Amino acid sequence: MSAPILTTEGLEMRFALPTHFLSREKPVLHALNGVSIAIAEGESFCVVGESGCGKTTLGRAIMGLLKPSAGSIHFRGQRIDGMDEAARKPIRAQMQMVFQNPYASLNPRRTVFDTLSEPLRHLQPGLGRAELRERIEAVLAATGCDPSWLRKLPHEFSGGQRQRIAIARALVTNPAFIVADEPISALDVSIQAQTLNLMTDLQAERGLTYMFITHDLSVVEHFATRVAVMYLGRVMELAPVEAIFRAPRHPYTQLLLSAIPRLEGGSFAQTAAPGELPDPVNMPPGCPFAPRCPKAQARCRADRPDLRDVTGTAVACHFPA
Amino acid sequence: MPLLDIRDLHVAFPSGRREVEALRGVDLTLERGERLGVVGESGAGKSMLAFAILDLIAPPGRITAGSIFFDGRDILRLPEPAIRDIRGNRISMIFQDPMMTLNPVLTIGTQMIETLRAHRDISKAAARRLSVERLKQVSIPSAESRIDAYPHELSGGLRQRVVIAIALLTEPEIIIADEPTTALDVTIQAEIMALILRLCRENNVGLILITHDLGVVAEVTERLMIMYAGLCVEAGPTRRLIDAPAHPYTRGLLGALPQKARRGARLDQIPGSMPPITALPSGCAYHPRCPLATARCAAEAPAFRAGVACHHAERAESRA
Repeated sequence: MSAPILTTEGLEMRFALPTHFLSREKPVLHALNGVSIAIAEGESFCVVGESGCGKTTLGRAIMGLLKPSAGSIHFRGQRIDGMDEAARKPIRAQMQMVFQNPYASLNPRRTVFDTLSEPLRHLQPGLGRAELRERIEAVLAATGCDPSWLRKLPHEFSGGQRQRIAIARALVTNPAFIVADEPISALDVSIQAQTLNLMTDLQAERGLTYMFITHDLSVVEHFATRVAVMYLGRVMELAPVEAIFRAPRHPYTQLLLSAIPRLEGGSFAQTAAPGELPDPVNMPPGCPFAPRCPKAQARCRADRPDLRDVTGTAVACHFPA
Repeated sequence: MPLLDIRDLHVAFPSGRREVEALRGVDLTLERGERLGVVGESGAGKSMLAFAILDLIAPPGRITAGSIFFDGRDILRLPEPAIRDIRGNRISMIFQDPMMTLNPVLTIGTQMIETLRAHRDISKAAARRLSVERLKQVSIPSAESRIDAYPHELSGGLRQRVVIAIALLTEPEIIIADEPTTALDVTIQAEIMALILRLCRENNVGLILITHDLGVVAEVTERLMIMYAGLCVEAGPTRRLIDAPAHPYTRGLLGALPQKARRGARLDQIPGSMPPITALPSGCAYHPRCPLATARCAAEAPAFRAGVACHHAERAESRA
């Protein structure tokens, strides 16, 4: 693996929940529990998991939108968590984010030109008016947006067009690393394919590194180079995409894969026992997946398995396949 | 005679001074115990079709033409009490969001007992017993105590199970499920769809499954109907439609799925997006996006013949 562009080490995120007025307890939600990943330059690193697994929290912590409770984040060798805003500015230009809902992520009162010029004005204030315009027109062309869109407002566009604009906004500062949080989940099937193709093309043209957060395994199978499978704030399995789909080692990865509806059919024929997620506020000791795991034994309920090697293939399970 | 037989159904909404059509003449049949998938992207009219079957189109929208025969009688020409005997009783509905069905301030038991007693002459105790029975049928753990829970005390997956239990209460002949698992996680989706499939098979209940997800219909349904811009563009056995689609739109939808593509390669995308019903193109509504479109497609809407509405169905098949 080439030198990592981004690493996290032992990342923890705890959220204090509102206390009940009669109770002395201070409930704490553990959204991330020691997440360590390393993303190589030029990768499409996919983070996959179900709701509440912490995948969005991880993306937001990396982007500096949330401050981690413990652990560290490095971008190209430089530690970026806990940096003050002034020091972070030049790094912000290199790391950008695309959000899930293009209806919420674009300001409805701003024209496309305003939306696209904002990151440049903020992060590269030295840019002249002509240069600004040039940069914006270039990024519009690269993302397949029509130049006539510049004076329009978000409500004049369809969902797919809005997501194009959101991608253009992320690219306007020429970043090297993009966190895309469920960028196609809110779109129709035919528009999903357009958006994925755009991201594939842009990666080839600009050598982008993606961290792609999704719940959709068929997209992962198509798009990813490596995959981190998350469950309740932990990485359960980390492996190249071929390995994950050919020989999944963690029982949770196996459950996820067996649940994908397939055009050939057969996925819904065998059903696993209905499982309940443990309460993330009062996590039991041991493996968080143990209550749903068909292979769980006494050891799994007592002693939490760790993920060791984070560069190659790793699995957090006492009894991996 | 099919249990449900919809012919040439038109639904229209006022838009400014004119009316625009959300459904432009849809035919649908469902045999007893048959499972049909209705697939389309947002705006295709698939939810409108479900609402029309239950006579739930909200004014100012209205059914402007067509007929809906259920068990030999046209629902659209029945008086309201007779419709109530069908809606929620002989035909049940499962919505995408369980909270659209569940009342947040009533316990699950209260809602189930109310539903039963609205349609049947049955004592409260008997209704409660039957409700617990149904909750067990949908694999709700400790059903005897969970029946007194409020909806917010249950997870999303359990709530959708409760909704299915309510849909089954009156022993319906048809269940209409509108994106029943779209709001759920993948593993929960698999559990819920397996449950719906098992219950339909065991009780010989017909299913109309409305979804945008071709993978889900491939797993669950026997017949498929593809909708585009208020029309059915292709219909037929699920297996055949997925293995050998005739309409260019069906082919486009399948080609756009990452499942079918080579890893890392570009996907076969359909250009453009579905037109809004207020600005439909002339002729075949799909022609501006269609790779096979000719001058004839822009001029003349194709008739629905042999399961497909396309002037070039043969060419599409030969390219498959």
